[in-house]
Amino acid sequence: MRVAYDANVALAGVDVRVEAGSVVGVIGPNGSGKSTLLKTIAGVLRASRGEILLGGRPIREEAARIAFVPQREEVNWDFPVTARDVVLMGRYRSAGWFRWPGRDDRQLAEGALEAVGLGGLGHRHISQFSGGQQQRIFMARAMVQEPALVLLDEPFTGVDVQNRAIFQERIQAFARAGIAVLVATHDLDEVSSTTTHVLCLNRTMTAFGPTATTFTPETLKRTFGGQLAIFEERV
Amino acid sequence: MSWVTDPLEYEFMQRAMIEVAIIGALCGLVGCFVVLRGLAFIGDALAHAVFPGVVLSYITGQSIMVGAMAFGTLTALWVAVLGRSRRVSEDSAIGVVFAAFFALGVVILSREGGFNRDLGSLLFGNILGVSREDVLVTGVIAVVVAGILLALLKEFTLLAFDPTMARAAGYPVFALDVLLLLLVSATIVVSLQTVGNILILALVVTPPATARLLTDRLGRMMAASVAIAVASGVSGLYVSYHAGTAAGATIVLVATTAFLGALAFAPNHGLVSGYWQRRHGHHHAHHYHEEGEGIDPG
Repeated sequence: MRVAYDANVALAGVDVRVEAGSVVGVIGPNGSGKSTLLKTIAGVLRASRGEILLGGRPIREEAARIAFVPQREEVNWDFPVTARDVVLMGRYRSAGWFRWPGRDDRQLAEGALEAVGLGGLGHRHISQFSGGQQQRIFMARAMVQEPALVLLDEPFTGVDVQNRAIFQERIQAFARAGIAVLVATHDLDEVSSTTTHVLCLNRTMTAFGPTATTFTPETLKRTFGGQLAIFEERV
Repeated sequence: MSWVTDPLEYEFMQRAMIEVAIIGALCGLVGCFVVLRGLAFIGDALAHAVFPGVVLSYITGQSIMVGAMAFGTLTALWVAVLGRSRRVSEDSAIGVVFAAFFALGVVILSREGGFNRDLGSLLFGNILGVSREDVLVTGVIAVVVAGILLALLKEFTLLAFDPTMARAAGYPVFALDVLLLLLVSATIVVSLQTVGNILILALVVTPPATARLLTDRLGRMMAASVAIAVASGVSGLYVSYHAGTAAGATIVLVATTAFLGALAFAPNHGLVSGYWQRRHGHHHAHHYHEEGEGIDPG
């Protein structure tokens, strides 16, 4: 797969097969193409070459089964919706055109909010939550979508220990349900504790494989180059 | 009561009242998405860009809606295509081209010798001159535009709040964007006769902005915006009748007064309630900050 903005190739040479139920950590330095990869899979950007399949079919035909958890900054938190409204957006596709989510959908949304520790707060406006809680609302939205693939863009940025634990638990729950999870992160601690596989990017794929065998100092050196010193003590 | 009933003895005032109520409801509704999508500048540009269409229909003796609708549709499509390309700085391009369109309209009008006589009514609208037929056309277009917006409300809401998810979930984002611009364009065009090219933006932006100050829920915001726009239109028309002022401009100032009132006194977002809450040590937005929540230095 290859993604280019005009003449600048932002990302190329990514060729991976992700099994259902695996959790893939997508790592790399800033500008390495982590967000590009996720946004291309999500259909926001278009690959100029190559193909992306989900369950053997072109991914755009399976769009309803992709859940995308954006970075917090990408959303207007002043928008006049409640937490429940946002979670229910995960049911819009299954409700179909011209129809609104029904009673079952609202129950599903309530359950998802409870699962992320926000039960009973669904009526609150989205600006009335902390940053970590806002991420959890998005996580709940991904849950009600009943997806085959979940894309998480830097979910661990700026969150505290409690939120981190809830994210990890939800990611494991996705994996147990046979859902493939792709997590773009620059938090290398998270990679070793949460993921089953690791995909290393630096404008091209530098490594891919099970975390246990691939997440090694050598791979990281190849991926991060001179920035390795910062990370070495963590590994 | 005669303050209210006297004007209605004139048939042209009855028509104007109905027209302004329809326009108010439509602008209040569609305007919510203009405000939420940050389309105010594009709306203003659209209102200016349709001016040559208005002038050409006027000169050829057509209803001004025909020419305005044609130019409005073309412009909306052009803006949508422009928004897709990353090559041009979008708002500069819009500014350059639409100012030129507006100038073109003025030049055509001056060449036809109607400059002094008609420029005022074309630029600022002539609500008192609407015909029965105009009201009928406005009503039909308003029903169609509002119907499409409400039928796709869920999709337009998702697209306004989280375009990335809308795209990921497989919605035809570009088509929906084009459709929304066409609805905005149609709304502006049918409202031109009421307040004219220059002031139309106020009718589209001010009532929703006022409503947003009053509520945090989209449904209530839309209802409040429609109510405020209709009330501003009708009461503005009364004020202009009794005070002998220009109708369109008076309507805009009444809407602005409502906005300033909401800005001062709105229960949650208002300046007075904000001051009160700071004085008394609590804030409406009761943030549920957990302990230790903060920016992770990693």
